[in-house]
Amino acid sequence: MSVPSDIDREAMVVPADCLEAAESLREVGAQDGRLTPEGDEDHLVVNIGPSHPSTHGVCRIVVELDGEIVVRAEPVIGHLHRGIEKMAENRTYMQVMPLTDRLDYVGSMYANWAYCRAVERLTGIRVPERAEYIRVIVCELQRIASHMMSIGSTGADTGAFTAFMYAFVQREKVVDLFEAVCGARLTYNYVRPGGVAADLPEGWEEKCRAFIEQHPTAMVELDRLLFGNVIARARLKDIGVLDPATAVAWGATGPVARGSGVDWDLRRDDAYSVYPRFDFDVPLGERGDCYDRARVRLWECVQSCRIIGQALDQLAECEPGVIKADGLPRLLAPRPGDAYDHIESARGSLGVYLVSDGSVRPYRMKVRSPAFANLALLPMLARGHTLSDLVVVLGSLDPVFGEVDR
Amino acid sequence: MNITELREYLCTQYPDLCPLFSIEFGDGVLTVPSDRLGEAMCSLKDLGFDFLGMLTAVDYGDEFELVYRLRAREMHLGLFLKTRVPREAPHIRSVTALWPSANWHEREVFDLFGIVFDGHPDLRRILLPDDWVGHPLRKDYEDPNIIRRPDYL
Repeated sequence: MSVPSDIDREAMVVPADCLEAAESLREVGAQDGRLTPEGDEDHLVVNIGPSHPSTHGVCRIVVELDGEIVVRAEPVIGHLHRGIEKMAENRTYMQVMPLTDRLDYVGSMYANWAYCRAVERLTGIRVPERAEYIRVIVCELQRIASHMMSIGSTGADTGAFTAFMYAFVQREKVVDLFEAVCGARLTYNYVRPGGVAADLPEGWEEKCRAFIEQHPTAMVELDRLLFGNVIARARLKDIGVLDPATAVAWGATGPVARGSGVDWDLRRDDAYSVYPRFDFDVPLGERGDCYDRARVRLWECVQSCRIIGQALDQLAECEPGVIKADGLPRLLAPRPGDAYDHIESARGSLGVYLVSDGSVRPYRMKVRSPAFANLALLPMLARGHTLSDLVVVLGSLDPVFGEVDR
Repeated sequence: MNITELREYLCTQYPDLCPLFSIEFGDGVLTVPSDRLGEAMCSLKDLGFDFLGMLTAVDYGDEFELVYRLRAREMHLGLFLKTRVPREAPHIRSVTALWPSANWHEREVFDLFGIVFDGHPDLRRILLPDDWVGHPLRKDYEDPNIIRRPDYL
């Protein structure tokens, strides 16, 4: 191939200052102890993220590789740390509400509810029955929306992108229902201390019923489409096996623990809110691999539909319009003390710990984030698998980094 | 089992822990001196508390209070274990040997409060960058970006 003579060859040489910049970057990298191999010198250390399509958010993972096998995988978190717990100390109890939306942005309703339960425990506010039913309905819908995101991305991670689109069709329907309820599609701020922000709009129950009648069929379809797929099965089965004893010892909750056969669901075992009035099953996995974790999520969605159906029936017997506790003050100033309350979110046991010093602002707020505890399992689960399986293992833990980093 | 039954059970099994147990807002609270933390943890684990949900700290000026949330899954019971360490020497024994789940939580408390957990296998900052100065969740932490919101009262 002949090179045209009018090209300025000088301009194509990399300038010296660029080389210097690259060299100094390399020095910065060498100072980060994580980037030097811990095992064999031949091992290659690869930095994934913090911004990478397969990390499900802003997560950096430092991976030490022997060939293609993961020897060490270290999640480096905190890239989305906004100091929500510190910000809460500077706001009144009601002003903290929008912050809770931004914890788990795939399941805002849960953080809303967990925070409200802690505030209600601290202040002794009693929530009207209708509001409790509405909370259960929106939170079970939220579970479906959140799991659809997780199952869909499991499909995307394993190369089954069609499943992703099918899952998102269902998620979109739930988000439309939420938009009708509170006007927002992502950060709802709907569950409030003492009740919910507004009553259900007219005709909403029928739309919700239409959805829960159609959704289980869609789940059977998705099950065949994704988990019946030979490639997806091969990518998910026996990958990232978690035994039940390790799951409990490391504080795993939710579908991650239940995928390993840990029979623990706060909705049934803690019987908070109006959950004891509903009849539902808790799906469990057997082997504790990525396949079981993803399938537990799928069948939980069907159980959520059962709960919503019963809740809608019982909601019809409640007095309409009574959605807030009576005599709710504009500024809450609970008596000094502390309270902790937790709910079963889509990711596991989500708790809020509040300390009051008697003023209108929380003295301390701590969020017990299930995604944070579940993510701590990643180094163990990924070890010995290939780099491409690391992505699947991370996806099966379903971390949402708004909640991990807070 | 409910919380009063737990109190009776605890008192028969471990009489020395009995005076330290109280019930607040319907939750059991066991307040122990910091040097007896490990012993109390082991006793509670024997009683059936098999899950450490979270641990955190609260800044009370001269002292930090460490709050451990334990859970007995069989008994469907939650329990707080609280202990205090002085601000001048914020040291406490790590419970990672007993509860592997404490690993990341202790790193978080170290990061945001500066409390040192003796015996922790890998005590580094977790949420903030490695070169961050100070511990933001302490009440005396100062940053020009933190602007006190006005009082509405």
